[in-house]
Amino acid sequence: MFNLLRIAVRNLRRYRRRTILTASLIVTGVVFVSVFVAVSGSFKNMMIGQITDSFLGHIQIHRKGYVASIDSLPLTMNLKSQAVKKIDEAIKGIPEIEAYSPRIKFAGMFSNFVETTNIKINGVYPEKEIKTAPLFLSRIREGEKIIKKGEILVPELLAKGMKAKVGDMVVVIATNKDGSVNGKQFRVGGILESVTGPGGRDGYIHIEDATEILRMDNMEISEIAIRIKEFSQLHETHNKLQDMLSKERTEQGKPIFEVHTWEKLSPFYNVATMIDMMTFFIKLMLVAIVLISIMNVMIMAVYERVREIGTIAAIGTLPGKILSMFVIEGFCLGLIGAVIGSILGGAIIFVINFSEITFNFGRQKGLILSTSVNPNDFLVISVIVIIVSVLASLQPAFKASRMDPVQALRHV
Amino acid sequence: MSLVVAENIDKDYQAGEISIKALKGVSFQIEQSSFVSFVGPSGSGKTTLLNLIGCLDKPTHGRLRVADTDVSTLDQKQSASFRGNHIGFIFQDFNLIPVLTVYENIEYPLIMVQNVPVQERERRIMSLLEAVGMGEQRDKYPDQISGGQKQRVAVARALVTNPNVVIADEPTANLDSKTARMVIDLMKKMRDESGTTFIFSTHDPRVVAEAEIIYTLEDGELTGREAKGGTDDV
Ligand SMILES: Nc1ncnc2c1ncn2[C@@H]1O[C@H](COP(=O)(O)OP(=O)(O)O)[C@@H](O)[C@H]1O
Ligand SMILES: [Mg+2]
Repeated sequence: MFNLLRIAVRNLRRYRRRTILTASLIVTGVVFVSVFVAVSGSFKNMMIGQITDSFLGHIQIHRKGYVASIDSLPLTMNLKSQAVKKIDEAIKGIPEIEAYSPRIKFAGMFSNFVETTNIKINGVYPEKEIKTAPLFLSRIREGEKIIKKGEILVPELLAKGMKAKVGDMVVVIATNKDGSVNGKQFRVGGILESVTGPGGRDGYIHIEDATEILRMDNMEISEIAIRIKEFSQLHETHNKLQDMLSKERTEQGKPIFEVHTWEKLSPFYNVATMIDMMTFFIKLMLVAIVLISIMNVMIMAVYERVREIGTIAAIGTLPGKILSMFVIEGFCLGLIGAVIGSILGGAIIFVINFSEITFNFGRQKGLILSTSVNPNDFLVISVIVIIVSVLASLQPAFKASRMDPVQALRHV
Repeated sequence: MSLVVAENIDKDYQAGEISIKALKGVSFQIEQSSFVSFVGPSGSGKTTLLNLIGCLDKPTHGRLRVADTDVSTLDQKQSASFRGNHIGFIFQDFNLIPVLTVYENIEYPLIMVQNVPVQERERRIMSLLEAVGMGEQRDKYPDQISGGQKQRVAVARALVTNPNVVIADEPTANLDSKTARMVIDLMKKMRDESGTTFIFSTHDPRVVAEAEIIYTLEDGELTGREAKGGTDDV
C-alpha cells in the first residue's frame, strides 16, 4: 500500500503541470460549491428562523381538519379542554420540546368607531407565546414590547389603513360558535411588523380577552404552537408527537389531532425546497467536473505509460495491483482538490462573514448574512469529490490492469 | 529434468486476414545454469520465442514446460504470478520505472510482486547493488544515469527475486559495443555466482560470442545449435 501510494504520488509530481491544472479545476469546483452551500444554507436557515421564531413555531397541533379550513379560522374546530390536556401530557413526555403556546384564533371585525375592517385575532398567553416565538417581541414597532390584558397589537398594514395609533381605543367584534355577536374595547398597545411582507392581518390579544369576546365558559384552543430545542430534531420530534397523539381517536376510530411541522404550514417551504434543489444541482455539476477531469487525466496517464504498464505486468505485478496503482493516483488527485478546495472555501466564507454582507427578507432589513461554516458540508463535498475521483479512475485503471504485456511492451 | 523443454512449438500471429507464422515447429531443451543465446536476423522470431519462454505469451501449438510447469495452461493471473516467482526480465530499452530510484527499482519486485520482509529485502538489494557496481548511484533516478548503468540496474532487478531463469531480449541493442560487452560479462558473472539460467537474444556477433550455447533462428525455424563447452572468448 505504501509503495502504491508512493508511486502514485510520484507520478502526479512527474506530470506536475497537468496535475496542477486538474487539481485547480477541482479546487475551483469545491470552492464554488462549498461557498454556495454555505451561503444558500444560511440564507435558508435564516429565512426559516424568521418565520418560525416570529410567529409560526416549529410544529403546530390542531384538531383534525383545522388546517384544511384554516383561512376561515373555524371556531367549531377548536380543541376542548379535555383534548388540550392530552396534548399537554404528550408534550411533557418529550424532552426535545422547549416551549409551547396555546392560541385561540378567530376572525373578527376591527373598528376605530369610524371605519370597520376584518382582522384575524390571536389570543395568546404572553409568556408562552414569547418563549415559543422568541422573535415575536422584536416585531412590535411602536409601543411597549409586551402583550397586556385589555390591549391589542395591531398589524401595521391595518394600523395604517385605519389610522390607528398606540393609545387609541378600538373595538373588536366577533361572532362566537353559537352565532351570537359580541364586542370588546381595546387600547392599541403596539403596532406589529409583518414578517413575510405586507398583507399580514394578524392581531394579538391576551388569551383571556379572547375567551371573553367569544364568551367561552370553558376555554377552547385553536392551535398549539411548539418550539423545539434543536432544529435538527424537527422531524424526530414531530414523529414522536405524532405517534403519541395518533393514539387518541374518536369513537369512530378517526384521529382527533393533526400535527404539522412549519413545512406544511408556510409557503416559504417551497423557497427552502428550491434552495435545496439548487444546491443539489450545483453539487451535480461538481460531480460532472470531477468525473470528466479525473477521467480525462487518468486516460492520458494510462495511455502515456503503456510501456511502463507492460514492464510491471511482465515482471509479475498482478492485475489488481496495477488497477490499485491508477485508482490511488485518481484518489490522490481528488483528495488534493478536496482538501485545498475546502481550505480555500473556508477562507472565502470567513471573509464573507467578516465583511458583514447584509440582505433584506420581507420587511426585515439589514439582516447580516452570517454563513455558518458547517464542517459537515465540507466533509460531504470532499467525500463526494473523492468517491467520484475513484470512480472516474476505475475505467482507465481497469484498462491498464487488463493490458497484454506483449502488446504493451511493443508499444512505442 | 531440463529447465525449459519446448516440443514442436508453433506460434501464429493473426494480422487481419492473414496469419503470420512467427515460429514453426521449434524444439529444444535448456538446462539449469546455462548461458544461452538465440541469434538471428530481425523478424526471425527471437522476441516471439523469448516471450513464450518468459510466459508472456502462449504457443499456438506444441508443448512448453518451464520450471516443471506447463505454461500454456496458465490464465492471466497465474501467468503473472508465475513470472513473478520464476522469471526475471531484462529489456532492450532497460524499462526501469522512471519515478523510482535505482534502489527502489530493484526493490520493486520484492514489494509489489513477492512479499519479502524488509531486512531480507535490504540484504539482497545491497549485495546486488555491489555486484552490479551501482552502490554509489543507489539514490539516483533512471534519467540521471547512463544506458549501461540502467542495464546494470535492470540485471539486478531481474535477479533480486532469485528467479530460475532470466530472459533478456536484445539486452545490448541500445548500448555501444564496449558497454554491451560489460553488460554481457556482468550477466555471465551473475550466472556464475547465483546459478541462474540466462537466455538472451541478439543479432550482434560480438555479443553472440559470449554465449555458451547458441541457437540460430531463421524465419521462425531453429536452424542450428552450437555449444562451446563453457569457454569464454572465441
Ligand atoms: N504481435 C504481433 N502481431 C503480428 N505479427 C507479429 C507480432 N509480433 C511479431 N510479429 C511478426 O512475427 C515475426 C517474428 O517477430 P519477432 O519475434 O519480433 O522477431 P525478432 O525479435 O527476431 O525480430 C515477424 O514477422 C513479426 O512481424
Ligand atoms: Mg525482437
